[in-house]
Amino acid sequence: MTAASLELAAEGGRTLHSAIDADSPLSIQGMTVSYGEKPAVFSVDAAFPRESMAAIIGPNGAGKSTLLKAVLGIIPTLSGKVSVFGEPVEKARRRIAYVPQRASVDWDFPTRVIDVVMMGLYRELGLLHFETRRHRDMACDCLERVGMANFAHRQIGQLSGGQQQRVFLARALAQDADLYLLDEPFAGVDATTEKAIIHVLKGLKEENRTVVCVHHDLATVTEYFDRVLLINVRKVADGPVDTTFTAENLQTTYGGRLATAQIDQLQLSLA
Amino acid sequence: MGHEFVQLSLTPLLIGILAAIACALPGNFLILRRQALIGDAISHVVLPGIVVAFLITGAVSTWPMMLGAAGAAVIAVILIETIKRLGRIEPGAAMGVVFTAMFGAGVLLLEQSDTSNVHLDVEHALYGNLESLIWLSAEGWHSIMDRTALAGLPPELPRMAVVTAIIAALTLLFWRPLKISTFDEGFASAVGIPTGVLSFALVVAAAVAAVAAFDAVGSIIVIAMFICPPAAARLMTNRLETQIWWSVAFATLSATLGYIFAGHGPLWFGGTNAVSAAGMIATVSGAILALACLFAPHRSRTGAPREG
Amino acid sequence: MWPAFLDALLLQSGYNAALVAVGAALLGIAAGSGGTFLFLRKRALVSDAVAHATLPGVGLAFIVMVALGGDGRDLLGLLLGSAITAWIGLVLVEWMARRTRLAEDAAIGAVLSVFFGFGIVLLTVIQTMSAGRQAGLESFLLGATAGMLFQDAVVIAVGGALAVATVYLLRRPMTLVAFDPDYAAAYGFNVKRIDLVMMGLVMAVTVIGLKLVGLILVVAMLIIPPVTARFWTDRTDGVIWIAGILGGVSGYVGAALSASAPSIPTGPIIVLVCFGLFTFSILFAPGRGVLAAVIRHQRFQVRVHRRQGLLALAHGEPIFDPLTITVLRRSKLIRRDRVATEAGRAQAAKALRDEKRWEVARRVYHDEAISGRYDGLTPIETVLTPDEIAAIDREIGGPTTVGGAV
Repeated sequence: MTAASLELAAEGGRTLHSAIDADSPLSIQGMTVSYGEKPAVFSVDAAFPRESMAAIIGPNGAGKSTLLKAVLGIIPTLSGKVSVFGEPVEKARRRIAYVPQRASVDWDFPTRVIDVVMMGLYRELGLLHFETRRHRDMACDCLERVGMANFAHRQIGQLSGGQQQRVFLARALAQDADLYLLDEPFAGVDATTEKAIIHVLKGLKEENRTVVCVHHDLATVTEYFDRVLLINVRKVADGPVDTTFTAENLQTTYGGRLATAQIDQLQLSLA
Repeated sequence: MGHEFVQLSLTPLLIGILAAIACALPGNFLILRRQALIGDAISHVVLPGIVVAFLITGAVSTWPMMLGAAGAAVIAVILIETIKRLGRIEPGAAMGVVFTAMFGAGVLLLEQSDTSNVHLDVEHALYGNLESLIWLSAEGWHSIMDRTALAGLPPELPRMAVVTAIIAALTLLFWRPLKISTFDEGFASAVGIPTGVLSFALVVAAAVAAVAAFDAVGSIIVIAMFICPPAAARLMTNRLETQIWWSVAFATLSATLGYIFAGHGPLWFGGTNAVSAAGMIATVSGAILALACLFAPHRSRTGAPREG
Repeated sequence: MWPAFLDALLLQSGYNAALVAVGAALLGIAAGSGGTFLFLRKRALVSDAVAHATLPGVGLAFIVMVALGGDGRDLLGLLLGSAITAWIGLVLVEWMARRTRLAEDAAIGAVLSVFFGFGIVLLTVIQTMSAGRQAGLESFLLGATAGMLFQDAVVIAVGGALAVATVYLLRRPMTLVAFDPDYAAAYGFNVKRIDLVMMGLVMAVTVIGLKLVGLILVVAMLIIPPVTARFWTDRTDGVIWIAGILGGVSGYVGAALSASAPSIPTGPIIVLVCFGLFTFSILFAPGRGVLAAVIRHQRFQVRVHRRQGLLALAHGEPIFDPLTITVLRRSKLIRRDRVATEAGRAQAAKALRDEKRWEVARRVYHDEAISGRYDGLTPIETVLTPDEIAAIDREIGGPTTVGGAV
């Protein structure tokens, strides 16, 4: 090797790869996903530690949701390895709960709130088990936790956007998982719902669970989360909020899309 | 009266009802998945499947033809999916390309081959021959217990009964994953439901129902029963469980009323001959849907339409 | 058969056959280009509902004409009847999709099957109505040109010509509406009325095609040519023209084939010619064809793995992905024991330098046009000028030529 490349290698190794915790709730290595001939996510490495609440942040079309779906195996990847608590995703599905984007389903579907929450018990019920009193109580309990106990028998089409999001969260709670993956849980919800959801998520973290959200609103990052992953097709940075969520990293992530004035408003401590 | 009814009307009526239910059950899911027209496509490609089976075996025998039809349906579904993915073409157009081309090929093969001395033609494929599936060996209601009389049942009846029972059992068995993946495919695959396999299996089940029903009653009923009873049922309720029951009820009602109108309707108007029962059953199912569109309790949309 | 086919192609097999061939070609042009608007609006299968909804109209028209003491088989009268019920079917599809919670595909399927079923009921009524008089209405199911009357051929040829003229006259507003209805509305077009004209055109094509192709297969002429044309061009007006040409060719060749061999029914053969053109296009079209796409995807995957492998080499990390190893081995960038070769080291250093350059570039240029291209594969040389790159290299420091020296 030339001296130059050796020197570059040493430098690059430090910034691009962090040591991967073998038992980390979620670790991603070299994940590449593409739609057609343009990568939506390119060679992203990331790891999320236990008991953390992490945000995945980046501009529109930066591949945030794509990354989440690829992790869950919902969309095919071009390359990359995912492990959940040290196991491949297929073996760890029982430990993962997923909240898709609210707009990804047809809310005109003929079903009630309680039925949606019961879907979260699928791994327990399987094909043949009957739904018992206990299952119903569990589902009601989850609805109670998101403040929707009175809505159990409502048709889902009659819910507001925020209520729909709460139902999705209740379904994830019913899964009783160790790793919660949420795709834009705060998109288009009212302020009260946002508070209710963050309260539930913080509760999960205190129960030693790990929460990862695709997040849009930069203003609330420092308040809600303790870790961030900044991506724009490539990973820009990941780590604790106070050292990673910096003006410089944001500028790199968002490019010209984020005016300096906006960053100033976030009043970040410059790392 | 009883004697004549059992001999001439009981079996076609039962076959009609069973065929209607077998199609309506998967139809519920197809409609909710915005795949209603898969039923249309399947019922068109049944013809080439049957013709090819005939050309290979050289005889009009039921099982090879049903296999041929089911094979054609599966090929059509795979072709549609391939064209959709590879050509990046919207599903409706991909369906249109595949089923018209396959139907055209079927007609062409039929015209080219010598089928003049066998009972195989396009019209039969469309209308079926429900009226002719009579139980000649029956002598009255007591024949239901009579072993020799039962042996004279038209074979379409037990076949249709078995297929309908299988479809109902499958619906029941895979109820949960079907419901979850129809509502939220992303969540379904996240909890480990093989959504791709499941949706293919649904289409195959629909194809099996279509093929069995087609053999007895022709393809018009098949398309109508895939869509009209479940669509009307959707407007009656906001719960999937209830919707299924409504669709079964509507399917039964359509088949019964349609059969009666076809046989007796013309007499009321002074006609002498019966009209096509298959066509009449489709017409009645349409009338039921029309009434549901106008008066059903849950006919209009409440939820926000799906974005993107 | 060949000489007969050539004769038919050259319009030498009789006046009627020539008129039919010309009519089929005109119909194909009108159907192909008219169908394009439906296809672009993602409503291709609406035409299926329209086509099946013509059947009760044919039956009713026959009954009415006979009741009035006429022949009942007058083509113009039958087509008029079919147009009326087709229109009713179309209105019902729109109404159900808009007013009830049913989606458009369910509405299409319902109208299609119920109208068709009712049509069959009417056909069986007609069969028993007046014994001895064979109405021959079944020919509308699959189309039949054998034994067609001269005046029927004229109706088809004139109808086809009128449809082509309509498409030509209205191509601009219809293109605009199909491409971007909101913009068209803002531009002052009455989108609803143009939609109506579009549907009217589809209906006209269907009705004219009834006798020729039959109602089950006439949809193919509306759907297959636009889908085929889409493989060859990305421009809307390009699709319209190519679809028209493809439709015309299929109609003409199909009609000629059928004229030369009476056992070949016209409708199916036209559809199969159409489908043949489609199959060729989906496989071999240069841009969007399957073959081209497969080759492109494979190249792309190799590029991704080579790049990821090179970066791993540069960082001195082990490579596990078997495909990455194969790709690197094949281009002789690593040895059998997975140690980088001379060339491998050089290219890894180059990849790393590019990464470094991109990093600086994204800090310096807060510009969507540049930072948006940072997808790991775009070479920086295609985005920045040489002097800009030189400036970045000065910031990075170190030698600017990489991999040259050993």
